[in-house]
Amino acid sequence: MTLTWLVLAVLALAAVGYVMGRSRAMASAGGEIRALHSLPRYYGWNVALTVLTPAFGLMALWLLIQPVFIDARISSQLPDAAVSETTTRSLVMSDVRRVAEGLGQIGASKPESDPDEEYLSDLKSRLGGAGVALASDIDPAVYLAAERYRAGTAIGASLMWVAVLAVAVGGFAVSYLLTNKDFRARNTVERGILLVLIAAASIAILTTLGIILSMLFETRHFFADHPWQDFFLGTVWSPDFRGDSQLAILPLLWGTLYISLIALLVAVPIGLFAAIYLSEYATPRVRALAKPAIEVLAGIPTIVYGLFALITIGPMLRDYFAQPLGLGDSSSSVMTAGLVMGIMLIPFVSSLSDDIINAVPQSLRDGSYGLGATQSETIRQVIIPAALPGIVGAILLAASRAIGETMIVVLGAGAAAAQFDRGIGELVNPFEAMTTVTVKIVSQLTGDTDFASPETLVAFALGLTLFVITLGLNVLALWIVRRYREQYE
Amino acid sequence: MTDMTAGASAAPKSSLLAQDERTRRRNAAEARFKLYGVIAITLAIVALLFLMVSIMKNGSGAFFQTFVTLEVELLEDKLDKNGNRDPAEMAKVTTFGYSPLIKDAMAKVVADNGIEIDGLKKPEDLISKEAAAQMRNFVLAHPEMVGETRPFEFVASGRIDGYYKGRVTMESAARDSNISPEQLQLADALKAAGALETRFNWSFITWPDASENRPEVSGLGVAIIGSLYMMLVVLALALPIGVAASIYLEEFAPKNRFTDLIEVNISNLAAVPSIVFGILGLAIFINFAGLPQSAPIVGGLVLSLMTLPRIIIPARAAIQAVPPSIREAALGVGASKMQTVFHHVLPLAAPGILTGLIIGLAQALGETAPLLLIGMVAFVREYPAGPPEGLFDPATALPVQVYNWTQRADPAFVERASGAIIVLLVFLMVMNTLAIILRSRFERRW
Amino acid sequence: MNDMRLIQRTVDMHETKIRASGVDVFYGDNHAIKDVSVYIEDKTVTAFIGPSGCGKSTFLRCLNRMNDTIPICRVTGKITLDDEDIYDPKVDPVQLRAKVGMVFQKPNPFPKSIYDNVAYGPRIHGLAGDKSELDEIVEKSLRRAALWGEVKDRLAEPGTGLSGGQQQRLCIARAVATAPEVLLMDEPCSALDPIATAQVEELIDELKQNYSVVIVTHSMQQAARVSQKTAFFHLGNLVEYGETGKIFTNPEDSRTESYITGRIG
Repeated sequence: MTLTWLVLAVLALAAVGYVMGRSRAMASAGGEIRALHSLPRYYGWNVALTVLTPAFGLMALWLLIQPVFIDARISSQLPDAAVSETTTRSLVMSDVRRVAEGLGQIGASKPESDPDEEYLSDLKSRLGGAGVALASDIDPAVYLAAERYRAGTAIGASLMWVAVLAVAVGGFAVSYLLTNKDFRARNTVERGILLVLIAAASIAILTTLGIILSMLFETRHFFADHPWQDFFLGTVWSPDFRGDSQLAILPLLWGTLYISLIALLVAVPIGLFAAIYLSEYATPRVRALAKPAIEVLAGIPTIVYGLFALITIGPMLRDYFAQPLGLGDSSSSVMTAGLVMGIMLIPFVSSLSDDIINAVPQSLRDGSYGLGATQSETIRQVIIPAALPGIVGAILLAASRAIGETMIVVLGAGAAAAQFDRGIGELVNPFEAMTTVTVKIVSQLTGDTDFASPETLVAFALGLTLFVITLGLNVLALWIVRRYREQYE
Repeated sequence: MTDMTAGASAAPKSSLLAQDERTRRRNAAEARFKLYGVIAITLAIVALLFLMVSIMKNGSGAFFQTFVTLEVELLEDKLDKNGNRDPAEMAKVTTFGYSPLIKDAMAKVVADNGIEIDGLKKPEDLISKEAAAQMRNFVLAHPEMVGETRPFEFVASGRIDGYYKGRVTMESAARDSNISPEQLQLADALKAAGALETRFNWSFITWPDASENRPEVSGLGVAIIGSLYMMLVVLALALPIGVAASIYLEEFAPKNRFTDLIEVNISNLAAVPSIVFGILGLAIFINFAGLPQSAPIVGGLVLSLMTLPRIIIPARAAIQAVPPSIREAALGVGASKMQTVFHHVLPLAAPGILTGLIIGLAQALGETAPLLLIGMVAFVREYPAGPPEGLFDPATALPVQVYNWTQRADPAFVERASGAIIVLLVFLMVMNTLAIILRSRFERRW
Repeated sequence: MNDMRLIQRTVDMHETKIRASGVDVFYGDNHAIKDVSVYIEDKTVTAFIGPSGCGKSTFLRCLNRMNDTIPICRVTGKITLDDEDIYDPKVDPVQLRAKVGMVFQKPNPFPKSIYDNVAYGPRIHGLAGDKSELDEIVEKSLRRAALWGEVKDRLAEPGTGLSGGQQQRLCIARAVATAPEVLLMDEPCSALDPIATAQVEELIDELKQNYSVVIVTHSMQQAARVSQKTAFFHLGNLVEYGETGKIFTNPEDSRTESYITGRIG
């Protein structure tokens, strides 16, 4: 709440700044607007923005750095004895943080003397009552650290108040004093706005950086515990939360690629032929009806496809194909997920291909018709070869979609990793349940997770691998498509 | 030159009116090729219809609920032993105290209607386990009612509900430990007596989630609020940031490497798998920044980052579509570049930007995978508080609720999940229709 | 028939190849061609001239039913090729276009190799029995288009890599390779520089020994240089048709005269 007040205080100062800046400018021009360099409101905005921007910037920076700083200090003060063999320092620190937070919630004041056992067990039950459930009794060292944490946070918060307000008032004073009729307020304000625009555009870079750094950071932890050779080159996936897990990506990658392949085998012919029909043959009326209908498929969330796979396609494939053919009796299978994912990708392939086919110049079609080619000969021998790079790009984008797709495989593909030692028959049986990279990311990161164990951290390594693969495909596809478009521009 | 004759002038002259063998073959190939196209379109549309029909068929039941009406006597000695009608004191009676009253009421209605079924045990199992809580809430809200006998409309148990929706049959009941054929007969008898009915019911949309063995009272209330909160966060963050970024890139950005870097990033982020954003949210917002799990604010932040490129791309197209002549006109009368953009370009591009925004929001609304990773799969029965504090309360989201229900054993949850999908699709349809209307009403062709 | 034609050729009297009578063309509601009747002789270059938008290209596209590819276009009247109605429902436009080839305003080589560009027509129409026959057709066509010497060492390179004039000659070779009886050319030189134009014009002059060539052109000089017959179109009407020499020196219609002397254009 104190943060809210600080924000409000800064905002109030900015509002006052707007009014005062505006009137000072008016006064300096003797009430004559035409004597001013800029419109009066720009002088107001100038003061307001000079108050707001540095103050909020500092606040954001402070909020980001303070926890890290305090964490590091408390952690280094924590005696080694407090970290027992079964835990790690970071786990103890998370206890410290939770106790500190709980203390704040129940408003416990620091006892006069050092806390004894009784006080601590009473505290534990009080914390439990406030919703802070702790697994074990509170270690005195943890309690002391938590108290120090609380104190540090409180001091940090007060310091932040002072610093932020000082910056705000400073900004106010400087910009107010600068305000006179010849001050180029509009230019200054516009430069400020431009900076805001640049900052907004940079968020894209920050997001990518955030993705890469966060995953790299945790992946490094993972590889500290788990040999990378085992992850990339091993052939068995069998996580075991008691330790001694075998965490190899290959079985997951196999499932991912197999399902994606089936999805593409469904989506590419249907999507491509649909696009060809719509752009070359369909009458305007058919096009006006069929195109939106296919695009509806693109607007349906993947969870809907997942449910469709789970309750309709899966049982149907099992009852009519897998069981009669003796290929298995699981309703979640590579085929289920692949088929449904294929349906999902149809509009993706068709709308991209449609654009690309339409970009082929009419003169090429005319040339071919003029030689007496039929429409299908023109399409197969002139248009498709001309559009090929673009279509390949579209297929790559679809492949990247398929590889990164989560909900359909979570609900349709199953949870068992491919087993390389069971022979090729089981590996390529499309009615076998098989899991994917994305499924395992979800299963390793949901539920009770312990961010120190390799079984959890492996999800970040999987995520990073997934990111790298899809990024590679996307960059390649976008590059191909761009080059293709330039060719006909 | 003259000594050369073209390849085919030596060939016999053919009439245009008769198709030769080769032309017939070529025309057959043409027809086949065209047929492939028709088949492809048909397959796509059939898949769409099949999907829709399957969801509708499975899900429409969620909007119908079976209710049993019982006359319950609110016995004073059970509910308010001291007789002073103090809700605080009465709250000490747990739901276990209410169950016997329902049992008695059930026995009474069976006796009153002269229903006799051999081997009937536990007739009160027709009523949802939630009934006791429902009654308790009522009594605590109306302590003065204690001592009276009044009709209560209770939700029937999931199996009974399923019986009237075709999910449960006499045969399956014989094998089921939760329901017996005799209980189903009783249900039929009560229906004939008018004490039981299956009817349309909105509570599916308002109730919170319920536990594993009470599918009949599970609802979407918390999920809808959670989704709504997240959309608010996305709207508040992605709209201004997206528009600002689009303006910068279209109007101000110099052609340099920094701009290229942003462009490449935006187009790539639009294609990054959504689950990667979930990992980002988990690592940055929860583990690093310490925001609470399962909170709409975190979900909203993650979805904002994900939606941003999907808003920027159409917004840029809309800004680009404003003809340069408008900018030149404004610049020509002495407006600054910034004034030109904010006074002229932006208002003209607004419909296009809004259309892109709505479509981006619709995509965000249906997104599931990243939310799983930031803990929105949790079982949440408490409605979150109003914003802004509510943004930090635990909640679920519509698509995640669907996933959650698919993970439960009771087949009744399949119906609930499909019902939730219908709700989700209705929201999406409304949003997309809005986008289409916006586009057709305000779109300008220059 | 064949014998008769041989006789006629020797006396420099050409048989009528295409006869159009009472042709009207509509684009939606726009009446683009109004009641045009014309006959086109075999082994002759016929030029269609007239100001832009006069309908000369539209009329040209009627002669091989290229207008069929435009949904809103409607053609009425009668056009015959060797006395067969080309708009007869029994006629397959594909077969018709094999006989009536077309070269377009902008060079439009397919994004394939030079060889495949030329071989495209013979392949789809099945004109070559085997690879060596196809090679022969390609070589002949390229020679006929006066391109062989320039490209014979790089037949496998993409046709799009040639210069504008070479591309247009490649398109002509492509059209010739199908062994058409009539060659329609829609402003074939408008995208070319003067040297390339001269080469193409020379080519047209040679082509008339085997084909009936119809050329639409903007340039009256070009019409005068290459054609034996000229038709002048104005606002969708065929104003005047006759020997090129007569049209240019002694036009009957005042509109023709105005156009030729540069008063309408």
